[in-house]
Amino acid sequence: MFYIYCPYCGEHREEEEFHPKGQAHIVRPKEPESCSDEEWGDYLFFRDNPRGIHHELWVHAVGCRKFFNITRHTVTYEILETYKMGEQPSITAETYAPQSSESEAARVAKQAGVRA
Amino acid sequence: MQRYSGFGLVKHALSHHENWQRQWRNPTPKKEYDVIIVGGGGHGLATAYYLAKEHGVKNIAVIEKGWLGGGNTARNTTIVRSNYLWDEAAALYEHAMKLWEGLSQDINYNVMFSQRGVLNLGHTLQDMRDIQRRVNANRLNGIDGEVLDAKGVQELVPIMDCSKNARYPVMGASWQPRAGVARHDAVAWGYARAADAHGVDLLQNTEVTGFKIRDGRVYGVHTNRGDIGAKTIGCVAAGNSGVLANMAGFKLPLESHPLQALVSEPLKPILDTVVMSNHVHGYISQSDKGDLVIGAGIDGYNGYGQRGSFPTVEHTLQAIVEMFPIFSRVRMNRQWGGIVDTCPDACPILSKTPVKGLFFNCGWGTGGFKATPGSGHVFAASLAKGEMHPLAAPFSIDRFHSGALIDEHGAAGVAH
Repeated sequence: MFYIYCPYCGEHREEEEFHPKGQAHIVRPKEPESCSDEEWGDYLFFRDNPRGIHHELWVHAVGCRKFFNITRHTVTYEILETYKMGEQPSITAETYAPQSSESEAARVAKQAGVRA
Repeated sequence: MQRYSGFGLVKHALSHHENWQRQWRNPTPKKEYDVIIVGGGGHGLATAYYLAKEHGVKNIAVIEKGWLGGGNTARNTTIVRSNYLWDEAAALYEHAMKLWEGLSQDINYNVMFSQRGVLNLGHTLQDMRDIQRRVNANRLNGIDGEVLDAKGVQELVPIMDCSKNARYPVMGASWQPRAGVARHDAVAWGYARAADAHGVDLLQNTEVTGFKIRDGRVYGVHTNRGDIGAKTIGCVAAGNSGVLANMAGFKLPLESHPLQALVSEPLKPILDTVVMSNHVHGYISQSDKGDLVIGAGIDGYNGYGQRGSFPTVEHTLQAIVEMFPIFSRVRMNRQWGGIVDTCPDACPILSKTPVKGLFFNCGWGTGGFKATPGSGHVFAASLAKGEMHPLAAPFSIDRFHSGALIDEHGAAGVAH
């Protein structure tokens, strides 16, 4: 269960109020008509799907109904920040430094509800 | 390989079952193989087995970072069916279904394939129209199917709430009698044992950390146990396919999501078929041990953590209790999550890649288990010949640029 801070409401709310909408910061081609099949297919279907830091779009579906962004770790599921539309993330895969020196697997194994 | 039989069981009983052979060896990696399969789940092991058995490839390794069949093969709800709408998907899943029907004999391992039938319920007029269209398409493709009305459903599953008072009344269903369930672990173990008997090296606890690529051609893999060479490599890594593709320098149109499922405490036999509902969105069957095996949709966010959110579990159980009020006080025993690699069109990718000699079999999303034998069979043929098998050809990665998608979203009887 995520406990998500909505940057517009300024409050933490439970996950059920939100819907994930996939990868954030996807730029629609300025002139779709002049895209090659490769460019258009890449825009429509190809996503980053990283194992690690992921910037994603969420909507506060039964709250303020506004879209915003979350930076989240896709293995530990830790939410690192939320930020408004049009803003850039302050944490990226390059700048992210895990709190402890333990391996990813070790950190996941210690979380509540996880049994190896 | 020591053959399993009734006689063998009696013979081993005389020695208190202390002399059974190990099911497979634990070999040290060789320097070079003809073919490497990355991923030791059901699909990967089946690929290795059919490569060795039907294509005479002698020198094969399966590389697995954990233990055999420890990923999605161990984390699904074991449903096997082939009632897909589109010709390409129907042909592939029906190919798998025909292999399921002789699988236990073929690999001399009881995979407990039980053709107890699958119901896909319709709760709205549009559901029923879609069901009729799908069943008609199935029958034209030689796949068994029937459209049932609510009375027919009630006769098959007397414990289901088919009354008009239900929140989403059951209006009918599609019924595939040849569909059913199989024992998931036995499928992985059976293929592993049969592949091992053909000389396939099963390398567990061996993690691929990179590919050796020169001039656009693959020459082998880097692993945590040293480099292993091979000029043909097939990647069958489900949720982690995108990570492997990244190592090889290209992208796949996949997103990895957690898919949760759960089993109840064991009950006496009460449900002798598989019930799936797209609209209420849950599916349920009863295992031979007696537990109710329950699943539903994916968690909507990307994740590699092999677990999901509690609200998803709650929605799943709400759907089950809506259909089966009798189960409202059944207690759940275990719950788990698998990482499914979902494709934009809910169909798999069996394809060559921009790297010569490197093939991918992935994107099975939420429905890979049912395809295990067929997926392995056509992928093995593709690896052996260097050209995609005719049944696999429509599932090329090129379709995301050409636009020839095979849109099974919702068409396959259950939402993905």
